[in-house]
Order: sequence, then C-alpha cells, then structure tokens
Amino acid sequence: MTEMTPLIALAGNPNAGKSALFNALTGARQKIANYPGVTVERKSGHFALPDGRPAELIDLPGSYSLDPGSPDEEVTRNVITGQFNAERNLDAIVIVLDAANLDNHLRFALEVIALGRPVVVALNMMDLAERDGLTLDPAKLQDALGVPVVPTVAVRRKGLDDLKAALDGQLSRPSNTQNVIVPQEWDHGLRKQAQKIAAQAIVSETAGKRWSERADALFLHPIAGPFILLSILFVMFQAVFAWSEAPIGWIEGATEWVAAGVEANMPSGFLRDFLIEGAIAGVGSVVVFLPQILILFLFILLLEASGYMTRAAYIMDRLMAGVGLSGRSFIPLLSSFACAIPGIMATRSISDHNDRLTTILIAPLMTCAARLPVYAIIIGAFIPNTNVGGGVGLQGLVLFGLYIFGIVGAMLAALILRRTVTAGPNAGFLMEMPKYQLPRIKDIFLGLWQRAVVFLRRAGTIIFAATVVLWLLLTFPKVPLDSPMSQVDYSAAGRITNVIAPIVKPIGFDRDIALALIPAMAAREVAVAALATTYAIDAPDEETEAKSLTERLQSKWSLPTALAFLAWFVFAPQCISTIAVTRRETNGWKWPMFMLGYLFALAYAAAGITYWSAVALGL
Amino acid sequence: MTATTLDQLKLRQSAEIVTIDWSSMSDAEGARLRALGLDEGIFVEKLHKGMFGSNDPIALKVGRMMIAVRKSHAMAITIDSVQAAV
Repeated sequence: MTEMTPLIALAGNPNAGKSALFNALTGARQKIANYPGVTVERKSGHFALPDGRPAELIDLPGSYSLDPGSPDEEVTRNVITGQFNAERNLDAIVIVLDAANLDNHLRFALEVIALGRPVVVALNMMDLAERDGLTLDPAKLQDALGVPVVPTVAVRRKGLDDLKAALDGQLSRPSNTQNVIVPQEWDHGLRKQAQKIAAQAIVSETAGKRWSERADALFLHPIAGPFILLSILFVMFQAVFAWSEAPIGWIEGATEWVAAGVEANMPSGFLRDFLIEGAIAGVGSVVVFLPQILILFLFILLLEASGYMTRAAYIMDRLMAGVGLSGRSFIPLLSSFACAIPGIMATRSISDHNDRLTTILIAPLMTCAARLPVYAIIIGAFIPNTNVGGGVGLQGLVLFGLYIFGIVGAMLAALILRRTVTAGPNAGFLMEMPKYQLPRIKDIFLGLWQRAVVFLRRAGTIIFAATVVLWLLLTFPKVPLDSPMSQVDYSAAGRITNVIAPIVKPIGFDRDIALALIPAMAAREVAVAALATTYAIDAPDEETEAKSLTERLQSKWSLPTALAFLAWFVFAPQCISTIAVTRRETNGWKWPMFMLGYLFALAYAAAGITYWSAVALGL
Repeated sequence: MTATTLDQLKLRQSAEIVTIDWSSMSDAEGARLRALGLDEGIFVEKLHKGMFGSNDPIALKVGRMMIAVRKSHAMAITIDSVQAAV
C-alpha cells in the first residue's frame, strides 16, 4: 500500500443525497475547484477514518449510468474507471442509494460494483423510506450485492461511524481492477436484476403518508401551480430589494468610515488619493451588492434543496419549449439573475448539446445582480419617484421593465439561435422530480458562505484591479496648470476614449460614458465606480466634489442618453468573467467570441433605437 | 382497454408499458429513458398534467420515482391494460 492519503469518491444517482452525505462527512472543510480541461466542479474534503488516519473524499457528479449522457456523467465515469488523468486512482467508492428508490438506483450501483473496485454502499435516506411506508433489510441487500451495505441518514448525521468502519475494511482489501464496463445491451438485464434485488431487500411496503404527493397536488396543479411559481419569484425579487436595504447601509457606512479614517490619518498626497478615490471607492461600490447576491442565492439554494426547483422546471417546460429549449434551462437561467457565472456552470446538467449551448449564450441576458447598481443609479437620477397608482412606483416599474426587457430579449435570441447556429432536433425533457425535503439550514449556509467567498474574491481581484488601473489612467499624465483642458481629457484614459467616443456617439453616449464602458468590461458594476472616479477627479473644486454622483449625472446627461445607457446595459456583454467561463464551458474561443459579437450588436442597436426614439418623442 | 400510447393515459390511471419505439429517438435518449426507469414491462401511473392542463409534459410515477416526460417521448411508448390506480 502507498503512504498517500486514501482517495475515496462518493457516487450515485442524482437526488440520492450524495451532497448531504459529503457535507456530513467532511463538515465545512471543503475545497471546490475545477477539473482542468473540463468544466466539472471537483468538490473535495477530508475526514478521519476510525483509526484516525485522514482520507480524502471527493463528491462526483450524480449519474444514472456509467454510459455518460452529459459532461458531468462523463467525468464520473472516467474517475470511477480510473481513466481520468487529472485524478489519481480511487482507493474506494461509496455508492449512495436512495433507500426509497432502490429498484432504480441499484442499476447504477450494479454497474459500479461490476468494476470490481472496493465499494461500500450507503443506503441513504432511510428515514424518508420508512416514512414512505417502506421497511428494508440491509443485510439481505448486502448478501445480494456482495459488498458492505450501511444504512445512513446523511442529513441527520446517522450511520456515519458505521460507514467509516466499513470503508476502513474495504481499504485494506486489495483492489482487483478488472474495469468491466457493462455493455449497453445489458441495459434491460441490469434493470431486471436491480428490480429483483430491490424486491428481496424490501421487507414490507405499505401505502405510507405520501405527503410529498399531496404537496404536488398543489404545487403541480395545472392552474394553481404556475401562479404559485410566479408568486415565489415575485417574493424572491421583492426580498432582494427590501431585505438588502439595511445591510447595504451598513456596508456603505463602513466604506465611508474606512475612507474617513484613511483621510484623517494619512498625509495628503498620491498614496492617500489612490487609496480613497481608487481602492476604497472602487471596491466599496461593488461589495455593496453582496447582500442582494446572497439573498437571491438564499432563495435559489432553498428552492433547490427542498426539491421545488425541479417542479419549477416542470411547470416552465411548456413555455421554454416554445423557444426551442426545455424546462431544464430554467434553473441555470434563474441562477443567472444572481450572476451568469454560476448560471452558465449549472447548464452542465443539460444533456443535449444544442440546448446547453443556447442556454449559455442567452444566460448573460438575464439581469444579473451586477447590473443593479448601474440601473439603480441611473433610475434614481432620471426617473421621477412618482406613484403610477395602486402603490406602484414609477422607478420600480422601470426596473421591472428592464428585467422583462432582458427576458424577452433572451427568449427571442433563443428562438433565433435554435433556428440558426444552434439548430438541431428538439431534445425533449426527461427529468426526475425528487421527493420534497426540509432543507438543512447548515447546508444552506455552507452554500451561501461559498458564494460569498467567490464574490468577495472577485471584488478583491478583478474588480479591484480594474478600478485601480482606471484610476491610474485617469490621474496620469497630470494636466499642466496652464492648460485649458480638464484632467480627464488630458489623461491617458481620456486619449484612449477619443478613439471609442466617435463609435458610441451615434447612440447618444458622450466621452465620459465611453470612458466608463472600458473598465466595465471587467465587471458591469465597475461602470458606476468608473463614473464616480471620473467625476471625482474632474471636480474643479471641493464644493463640486461633494456633490453626489446622482446630481452630477443629472447635470451632465440628457434623459435620452440615460435611457440609452440603460438599454445598453440590458444587452452588452460587459463582464470578462462571463466570457472566460463561456470559453471554459464550450472548450474554445468560438462561442465566447460569438457571444461577444452578438451581444454587442444587440446592445448597440437597442441603445441607438432607445436614444433616437426618446429624442424624437422630445424627452 | 386496448393498446394505446402513453400520451393518451388519463390522470390517476396506471398502465403497463408494452413496447417503446426506440427507433424514434437517439441512442442517448433511449438510454436516458431506461436510466429513469422507463422500459418495457414497467407499470406507470400518470400523476400530473402540465401547465394549464396541457399533456406536454406529464408527470409519471415510475416505481417510487416521479418522472417528467414530454409528449414527443410519450407518443413513442405503447401501453396496455389501462386501469384505475388504487
């Protein structure tokens, strides 16, 4: 045996409770990375074997079969069979089975057991099976399968010690890796065998409470179902704004406090200006969004963990079919309202290539949280805060309209893409809808924590760097005292902008906007920071500098320009991370370049049409 | 009742799958159908219709799972001995 830490993988059907078991075994000490070359997440963590030895655990993507139907399943197959270069050979495999779903889940288990590697079966969700009126005999299952079977309830941390003990036993057993991939023709035979074994293991089966089915009578009701979904989405977006107000205030307060502290304690000069105007202002204007992003993710994680998300996909399938997609695209698109990056990564579960590609291409059109600051500042400055009746404010209505604009744009884009570049047969919609489950609060917070870390790392690196570079470009070279030019015009950034300005002039954008568009390529929210930085540097005196960005925008921009700016941000692919993740997910530059091209064209057209319509209407 | 296709199944009725027209779908789709437990000789029960009562997609009870299937696939699945579910 080698001296290395044993590597153990969790494998099993989707919805078998793999991730819950992974969390239960490893706790919060997890590492999420990507396998090189492919875009499948590698989730790993450590736990201690009964004798105290550490073992590394990886959570493989859920699979129905070793015959892969999606990029996710392909990674699972390759890791399990030891054909994956980026992963060392497994020392043992834990097959996670849903105890209430044996006849279906055993199929995959039989395929894996046939490989002859050290295997332990975790008969998971025993509590749900019992509640479902099912009594199982794990010993009988163990006899039939020929490998150790351990009953577990991952969410209640039950059976973990037994599982570790069984793993310890399997690790000391020499592995006879025969790597028999069950041929596809055996498919039917496998199913029959799985059913036979399941029947042996089931001691008794009564009707049970079926509360999950009763819940579905409501949630999947042909009329009530869609309205409930709509209400949930409404509450979700409402909460994103309502609940975030207070924490946003705290973050803004903290940013000001830090800036004031720096101002009071540092001698004035280049470094102080750089810290206050560049670093603190730039990063502060982005971190402000953390509350909104986390609230949106809180809802998405709850919907996913409870099992409702697949019902939402089911309800939406009919509508999505209308534009050539399926209900499966609904989940990635909903995530894209928080951020297109996790959205695009969530498309991995879509088995059809063209479906998946189309979903990736339209994901950036969903209004992500990064656009909110841009929308918020422009709407706040230019749309009067009046009531249009029934307690609905005009500002909120415009914001809602921008969301709708993005959704409609995405649907039209999908419709056209599915008939041209991503044309192909309609792939259908086959999906398992798992039983409802009470989400475990700890798991939800673990998920939220991971998102927060990812976001803050982004704010700390890309966004910080972009803001700093822009500040430097704007500050140097310094305008000579006798020059009639402003600092912005004289600076390096101003000179670069001179090239871009004529291009965006026809759609109503002046030089300051052209300037803000450049760093906004790094991340959309930087546009606000960029405008703030530009106007802060350009302020002729202290009094003007004290004016808020809102007031300065009002004095510098016309209403048509402001509207065109909003229209631009609905479509423009202003986010380098999205382009990067698209390149990774599509394995090449072709599709990210296509995305960049088509979105810029749409943005240019939308902004132009908006600007000239507004001018024609005399706004 | 005589043989018909799965998309004709009524709510809360169950039936046995007699044949599946594998040639009407790709190998991958066929494998996925089987992976989700839809195969010849299996009993299914129709649990739910789609949005606003359409039959595309429908939700089926297969074993102890609930599976969503679109009409295009349901039409390729021949069923027999329709009976009211207990």
